[in-house]
Amino acid sequence: MSEQTPTSEQQPTGGREPEAGRGLVRSLSDRLSGAISQVAAAGALIVVFIVLSIIAPSFLTADNLFNLGSQTSVKAVMAVGVTLVIITGGIDLSVGSVAALSGVVGVMLMATFGFNPLIGVLGGIVIGAAAGLVNGLLVSMVGLPPFIATLGMLSVARGLVLIVTGAVAVFGAPESFRLLGQGVIGVVPIPILVIVVVALGGHFVLTRTRLGRYAYVMGSNSEAARLSGVPVKRHTTSVYVLSGALAGLGGMIAASRINSGQPNFGEGLELDVIAAVVIGGASLFGGRGTVWGSLIGAFLVAVIRNGAVQLGINTFYQNVLIGVIIWLAVWWDRYQRRKLGADSG
Amino acid sequence: MIRITPELVDAERGRFAVAESVRSHEGDVPLAVRLTAVSKRFPGVIAVSEVDLGVAAGEVHVFAGENGAGKSTLMKMVAQIEAPTSGTIEIGGKPVSHQGPGAARELGVSMVHQEFALAPDLSVAENLFIGQEPGRFGWVAKGRERRNARELLARVGLDIVPERKVGSLSTAQQQRVEIAKALAVDAGVLILDEPTASLTEGEGRELFGIIGELCRRGIAVLYISHRLDEIFEVGDRVTVMRDGAVVETSPVSELDEARLVRLMVGRDVDNLYPRTHTELGPVRLSVSGLSRGGQVRDVSFDVRAGEIVGMAGLVGAGRTELARSVFGAEVPDSGTVSLDGKPLRIRGPADAIAAGLGYLTESRKDDGLALQLGVDKNITLARLPMWSVLIDLSEERELTQRHRDNLRIRTPRTSRPVRMLSGGNQQKVVLARWLEAGAEVLFCDEPGRGMDVGAKSEMFAELDSLASQGRSIVLISSYLPELMNMCDRILVMRAGRLVGEVAREEFSEERIVALATGAKDNHE
Repeated sequence: MSEQTPTSEQQPTGGREPEAGRGLVRSLSDRLSGAISQVAAAGALIVVFIVLSIIAPSFLTADNLFNLGSQTSVKAVMAVGVTLVIITGGIDLSVGSVAALSGVVGVMLMATFGFNPLIGVLGGIVIGAAAGLVNGLLVSMVGLPPFIATLGMLSVARGLVLIVTGAVAVFGAPESFRLLGQGVIGVVPIPILVIVVVALGGHFVLTRTRLGRYAYVMGSNSEAARLSGVPVKRHTTSVYVLSGALAGLGGMIAASRINSGQPNFGEGLELDVIAAVVIGGASLFGGRGTVWGSLIGAFLVAVIRNGAVQLGINTFYQNVLIGVIIWLAVWWDRYQRRKLGADSG
Repeated sequence: MIRITPELVDAERGRFAVAESVRSHEGDVPLAVRLTAVSKRFPGVIAVSEVDLGVAAGEVHVFAGENGAGKSTLMKMVAQIEAPTSGTIEIGGKPVSHQGPGAARELGVSMVHQEFALAPDLSVAENLFIGQEPGRFGWVAKGRERRNARELLARVGLDIVPERKVGSLSTAQQQRVEIAKALAVDAGVLILDEPTASLTEGEGRELFGIIGELCRRGIAVLYISHRLDEIFEVGDRVTVMRDGAVVETSPVSELDEARLVRLMVGRDVDNLYPRTHTELGPVRLSVSGLSRGGQVRDVSFDVRAGEIVGMAGLVGAGRTELARSVFGAEVPDSGTVSLDGKPLRIRGPADAIAAGLGYLTESRKDDGLALQLGVDKNITLARLPMWSVLIDLSEERELTQRHRDNLRIRTPRTSRPVRMLSGGNQQKVVLARWLEAGAEVLFCDEPGRGMDVGAKSEMFAELDSLASQGRSIVLISSYLPELMNMCDRILVMRAGRLVGEVAREEFSEERIVALATGAKDNHE
């Protein structure tokens, strides 16, 4: 159980607590603090969903929901990776470009070199992981700030996409590749299955493995982690590799949905992904965040974008809306922390 | 009424004459600073209590005393950084009410802190006139700024061009810039807070020359110091403070080192330290010839099983750096560390931990605890209970509850974030981490810091019981009673070197302070 998860455990009885009276209140609010962002985000998601169902007749249709699910899956999968990075106190700005790179390379593996779709998808993921490895090494070994390391990769990966494709979309993947983004097993769309698998895996990594545990510790106090024998550099690198790999997977899902590798795919996508993670309650200062929260955030962002399209609202306004939501979410995070007297950060 | 004229304060002997005249005619002399019944209370603490004092123009007045004696608080009140709770402060004969550091500047009071307040990316000239740039309407008169800067730099004996970036200067040079900056406001009163702490001996000597020069121009220098040798070298008079009150003010010529030491430390020693004595076992940790970057120089010592060894020394003497080097937080330049006779290869904290070392850091907040995370996650940080590649959560829960009960960590549930715990309980969490990691030799850096008396004595009882179980403990503390009560032996460091070892039978505060400050050991 991570600390953000509210539990039904007994409240402290006070007793020998140093701050007996206030202790109860503080403990309660403390346990809710992480969850509050998620509860707020989930509430917002439900409200937006209901409102859209009422005012946009085309919103609550099977077709649109299917579409929504597969749209969300791209962002949700990427958000899981970025959550890990943000928990360590880092940031990954490169996920949009990396997803595009993975998408075009993956499709080229299938279309140009004739590999089967499984190899194509794996190839895309490996490309993403490689980009993540570069990010990770720049942060952990070279000592660049994560913002700069991944900002550079944002540009480098996009440049590589344009070089590889000559700025022309790549087509010609086999029909079966479309299953990843458009297929259904029974009544469940495959992209939704992918979200479930990635989210469970991400949650598992965060709560049950060294990597996840150390991510929280490094984000909370990296020097304390180092002095407790945590191999900070190695785990920092791993986190960026995972983020890159999941960006690669997101890129492959997107490529499958549009059945091509688009060189301009994912421009600005990093903002939606980071917004999702932040809306989900992760702290940009590190040490806090959950997969579930980011998932809710990803759905919220996707529903807003999708709903806006259904209502015929211009993309430009969507961008404004998403930006405002980022402000609100981060303000909320800081406000909560200050109220709890957590620290001055 | 005696006027202080430049003739009177002329040259070396002149400074003496000032001090003499101040002493014999106190009350008549126009004083640069006069304090009357000045007190400062913080919630629960009286930091400064009823201080009466006069400092004459042209005098170097040293303030001595242990950490927490109230020297810095007193100086901050003179510099208008803090407001006194009661009492009056007169500067240049005029009573002042607290109006902030800006007002102090107009009064001609400047304070140079231990931590420099310089902008490293700006030039020396720009730094000197921050907030009072020459020129009008938002324009900075660069030419005038440079000219004035050159003049100020000459006064502090600094031969550099004013265009140099401050960041490119040495520590000693930066300090001179700070002093010049203080003089830029036409200061009549200059406060220096342990100015030699970060200087080499030669640089310190040069600084004393500058200070003498400033005094000859009639500036009153208030000088906080821990170091006995320099008190006699630079001071005209000394005020010794203890527990917020002035113990004595007298000309340095009427003091000797032994008497000064007694004034500084002379206090009843409380019996807060539950130390039981056990037979010492064989040598466990052996450090030999350890050096690192000038902060730790050729240090060798042994610690035996069941022993608590104290590390005394002034702040900056290299004790923390020594602990960090042994522990691998910093990789030493040379030297060996062995445990139970086996030399260790320590490339980082992980190696040290695996070998059986532990390190309670000086600052729990900065490098000890992940404050947002739970007690449990902090306890298992150095050794996670694993079940293959997975964290064994039920084992983690059990063992953290066990530690909580054993160490009496007051938290209802072990998942509570440690930032919500009191200082004493936080320290116990760190201790539990090292016990869980199997530490046999524990470095404890100021373990009692920021704790109240009860929590402290509990902490020390815990250390005592660890020692009696055969563990070895190195206790770093700046508070001598802690060391003298808890330790079997005290090692004293000065300027990176181990300068002495005092056995329990020979413990005396005078002896340890003398070693730490480099005073001649002449009190016996």
